[in-house]
Amino acid sequence: MRTAFRIATALLWLGVAHAEGPGPRATGDLGIIVEREHGSLQLIETSGNSILAKISGLGDLSHASAVFSRDERFAYVFGRDGGLTKVDMLERKIVGRVVQSGNSIGGAISQDGSLVAVSNYTPGGVKVFDARTLELVADIPAEFAKGKLSKVVGLVDAPGNRFVFSLWDAGEIWVADLSTPAKPVVDKYLDIGRNPYDGIITPDGRYYIAGLFGDDGLALLDLWQPQNGVKRILPGYGKGEEKLPVYKMPHLEGWAMVGGHAYLPAVGRHEVLVVDMSSWQVVKRIPARGQPVFVVGQPSGRHVWVNFAFPDNQYIQVIDTLDQRIVKTLEPGKGVLHLEFEPRGGEVWVSVRDLDQIHVYDTASYERQSLIESRKPSGIFLTPRAHRIGL
Amino acid sequence: MPALSFFSKILPFLLVLSAGKSLADEARQQELRQLIKHDCGSCHGLTLQGGLGPSLTPERLKPFTPEQLAMTIVHGRPGTAMPPWRPFLSDAEAMWLAQGLKTGELP
Ligand code: HEC
Repeated sequence: MRTAFRIATALLWLGVAHAEGPGPRATGDLGIIVEREHGSLQLIETSGNSILAKISGLGDLSHASAVFSRDERFAYVFGRDGGLTKVDMLERKIVGRVVQSGNSIGGAISQDGSLVAVSNYTPGGVKVFDARTLELVADIPAEFAKGKLSKVVGLVDAPGNRFVFSLWDAGEIWVADLSTPAKPVVDKYLDIGRNPYDGIITPDGRYYIAGLFGDDGLALLDLWQPQNGVKRILPGYGKGEEKLPVYKMPHLEGWAMVGGHAYLPAVGRHEVLVVDMSSWQVVKRIPARGQPVFVVGQPSGRHVWVNFAFPDNQYIQVIDTLDQRIVKTLEPGKGVLHLEFEPRGGEVWVSVRDLDQIHVYDTASYERQSLIESRKPSGIFLTPRAHRIGL
Repeated sequence: MPALSFFSKILPFLLVLSAGKSLADEARQQELRQLIKHDCGSCHGLTLQGGLGPSLTPERLKPFTPEQLAMTIVHGRPGTAMPPWRPFLSDAEAMWLAQGLKTGELP
């Protein structure tokens, strides 16, 4: 009896040891899921699709996002309430937290990993912190007219320890060079179009592109040739057509770029746009189920997965990039908020808010591989982001 | 004063009575609460403290009458990011939301 018990516990222990691996643990298959209403994170691993830990006390996480330290050990989480929280994924706990503004929207980590920048709505601007200590290093108020601060969106890192971002209220793109962290040098590009709502940088760090809510088209800045200024691309797509109401702003992050084409969400149209990246012309408009929010390329580039704004947020559609048409519609459930591919693209993690679930799908068969309970999940962030420009 | 706060407590009720059946439905009220939190929240913040759209706290909404707010909710503000919610809300429901925002009972 006793021996049997011992053997059982030994086996149990072996089982745990096997799942977790003996000795020190690496972080390459880790990630975090934001539980938006509860101010908590689930620490996950993607080898066995399991939850390793739950970390609470991160404040208001509606619209939260995260970046990772270059060694993939720490996550920096940006909360709506202006909180910047540093989480140690090995120790599975919060190791630093500052509430740095009243209302923030996102952040980025510098090329060398030493600086974390946060973009704020109120007071509008960007604050830059020491990634190690979370001490404030630089403050860049987005003052576009005397005493007037703009909400800041679309903050990304760019090569050369620069940060690029857009001013929603002012219609400007700013490039802040933090080579000397305490003395940021800011280049401003004015009149780029009305109400930029988000921005991305191409994975090579060359182009910064801001989506415009209040104007047709997008604003493009070539960071290799900044002297050429910002130019408007796709200025007239869908001109003369009535725009549909937008119940949630699209996100540009994760844009698929395949075979010289970019796939991006149209605004006010239920379409995914395919854009030739040499001429910056729309080559195809793919009709979709609703207003696209995330248009994310599967890492192999063969497929692009799309989720949608209210009232179509129960769907995901998959586009085949070979013939640029929709080949699959999935219906995970109401409130599909985010999707994140594993780095080699075999599986994709999907948050389904209203079901309080995370679904993990096989990207070839579309079969659901795992179902994980989560409380009002939103963003899903996997550590390989640590090594990609703009993430 | 107690009379007033009593009135503000029963006001949504009165509105419900005048609005007809859909709002008497507890399930629909629950849906609307979810709508405020998550779908309005995507621009106004989960706790309505503001985001891309302004904060919708009772303090900030003081200058507006419930009718004005309901109009904004139903028709949106053309030329801004505030979309019209007409396809998803009846007038009575918009009024219920407006009232709930003004009193702070929502979200
Ligand atoms: C896509 C973003 C977006 C969504 C979603 C959204 N709003 Fe708005 N809302 C705005 C913006 C932006 C304004 C400010 C418009 C302006 O500049 O006049 C606004 C203004 C308002 C106002 C007027 C307040 C004021 O101070 O002018 C009310 C009331 C309001 N929204 C209620 C709602 C409700 C209720 C919902 C959900 C049913 C909702 N909004 C969803 C963006 C949004």
